[in-house]
Amino acid sequence: MQLSCPMPKFDFDVITLGHGSGGLLTHKLLQSGVFDILKNELLDQQHDGASFTLNGPVAFSSDSYVITPAFFPGGNIGELAINGTVNDLAMCGAVPKYLSLAFIIEEGLTMKEFWEILVSIKEATQKANIKIVTGDTKVVERGKGDKIFINTSGIGLIHPKANIHHNNIEPGDQVIISGNVATHGIAIMSVRKGLEFETTIESDTVNLNHTIEKLLDRFGNDIKFLRDPTRGGVASVLNEVAELTSLGFELDQKNIPVDEQVDGACEMLGLDPLYVANEGLFIAVVKQSIADAFVAALRADENGANAAIIGEATTEHPGKVLMKSRVGGRRVVNYLTGEQLPRIC
Amino acid sequence: MKYLTEYRDPELVKQYVDQIHHITTKPWKLMEICGGQTHSLVKNGILDMLPDKITMVHGPGCPVCVTPVSIIDEAVYLAMQPNVIICSFGDMLRVPGSGKSLLEAKAEGADVRILYSPLEAVQLAKQNPGKEVVFFAVGFETTAPANALSIVQAFKSGITNYSILASHVLVPPAMEALLSDEENQIDAFLAAGHVCTIMGMEEYYPIAEKYKTPIVITGFEPVDLLQGILMAIQQLENGTYKVENQYTRYVQREGNRLAKETMEEVFAISDRVWRGIGTIPQSGYEVNEQYKHYNARVKFTLDLPVAEENKECISGSIMKGLKKPFQCPNFGTACKPEHPLGAPMVSSEGACAAYYHYAAVVEQV
Repeated sequence: MQLSCPMPKFDFDVITLGHGSGGLLTHKLLQSGVFDILKNELLDQQHDGASFTLNGPVAFSSDSYVITPAFFPGGNIGELAINGTVNDLAMCGAVPKYLSLAFIIEEGLTMKEFWEILVSIKEATQKANIKIVTGDTKVVERGKGDKIFINTSGIGLIHPKANIHHNNIEPGDQVIISGNVATHGIAIMSVRKGLEFETTIESDTVNLNHTIEKLLDRFGNDIKFLRDPTRGGVASVLNEVAELTSLGFELDQKNIPVDEQVDGACEMLGLDPLYVANEGLFIAVVKQSIADAFVAALRADENGANAAIIGEATTEHPGKVLMKSRVGGRRVVNYLTGEQLPRIC
Repeated sequence: MKYLTEYRDPELVKQYVDQIHHITTKPWKLMEICGGQTHSLVKNGILDMLPDKITMVHGPGCPVCVTPVSIIDEAVYLAMQPNVIICSFGDMLRVPGSGKSLLEAKAEGADVRILYSPLEAVQLAKQNPGKEVVFFAVGFETTAPANALSIVQAFKSGITNYSILASHVLVPPAMEALLSDEENQIDAFLAAGHVCTIMGMEEYYPIAEKYKTPIVITGFEPVDLLQGILMAIQQLENGTYKVENQYTRYVQREGNRLAKETMEEVFAISDRVWRGIGTIPQSGYEVNEQYKHYNARVKFTLDLPVAEENKECISGSIMKGLKKPFQCPNFGTACKPEHPLGAPMVSSEGACAAYYHYAAVVEQV
């Protein structure tokens, strides 16, 4: 990625414990780095917290980002931390407004790396049209972190037409996926130490709030449920919902979109794409009558080119997710247990 | 993965299923040897497509499942030693030892690394001359060549801080042990295609002949498996007992000569304890006398008390084809992937894991 903001001159190249001490070094780091690049009227208050008014029902969400490696094909931890919380809010049917941003930095992170992360944070906030209004920076000893961890919390106004709740799901409702599954997880794995393999797969981390807002404008409460299947993948989300609603889900494997390279990598590593983490992807459960129009609308959107109906809610096998296999058999799709570990042979 | 799609073609699958239904007149019990085959059968829903007369039982070809508790204990013991880095394939980490698993040892601070190849472990040894690097060498004839090669490479590069904890097992002696068991009910085998890619077909002829049992060397994709089942049923219905090769795109009669030579260079055939089954004579590989300095058991003079297997786990009966995972009273209750009683529930190739993850539908819907 091209850095759109030139890095200011710092009198240090590397972040040290002192930068988290709250003293002069912290001040220098924030003044010439963080505050400048993320500038807005609320952050400029430079108080212990941000004060503002919101009119109407709100959604509030928090998430921590510990991804390794922090820089990966298609992005870095910075934009991931913004998009992740923005998307969590969007999945609640909210229009995201304000985010907090907290860093836990392992000493030794170079200013160049930190700046690159900050720039991508800035770009992500602009793209999602949200503001960072408060934050925190801590530095931990070498070996006590993994370069950088980020926590973001966010608040958004619930869309006036939205009524997103798993209790709204009814038998016959259609399960829609907004694009190819497993892309992000495989992009990350392709550059993990000890597992490097050559591929052009890039993470699809992106903010989904504008896409969701447009869909809510048009389809309102015919959209019953939204969720981004990050860790645990598509399988875990659907199992969770099946359990909460006492409905079952019936999927059709041949309709689940997976990029060919990603499918190949999963095959090689012995992973099931349904359990691999995603970013920039969402599952929607919608009323049957709007399903085709919903998919068509999504396909016309920049974030939904590969959208597809992958299954439906049913009263059969309550609490369970079943799938018709590509070859015509049928199997259960269960929760992911622990981590997906690569197999022996 | 374009080269695989033809082996997943729903039309071909249907044709084979129809043919199998058409020719099956009697009840037959078939065992697929390899856990990879088990998973493919269950994951693709193939078991439900077969005639009721055909029962597939799931063999011992899951290296994680057959590794005895005592060897896991050895690995955990080594992991807990200061200055030791223990490297393993990911599958082995969750398998319970008598005390703890490698994953638990890792959580307690042991240096346990997941690797994809033993050759990476040799590199690790080179980069960490002050540490002892041990590779937990688990597997059938499939992983043995690369593990043998790692020792040859370490030897040639003068690396002395590398060793392996061998837990290698061999398929043909296990097949013989199953067939000579008085409780045996297996009518035919689907042998593991990838094992035969290395070892060839020669070892199987005397077994088919002696026990009058058809053996079809079979691949892993839905079309492979159904073709293998069809070939086995054809033999059973016709009363023949030959060794046949379904997996012709990879398996040649003589196997892979180079791989076999490397194994012969480094390993000696030894008796081996199989979890749930017991000791099978001449059924495994140990590092030979010439390379004993690369044998972790020699290097660390391992002599741990032999722990007992968990008696509640019926993995032995499952791997002998006598029981199905659903017939275990602990299946899905006391034994789940998050708290397993035995390895078949946590290995990615274990029969219990396959049923737990994919096949609950068979019994519960």
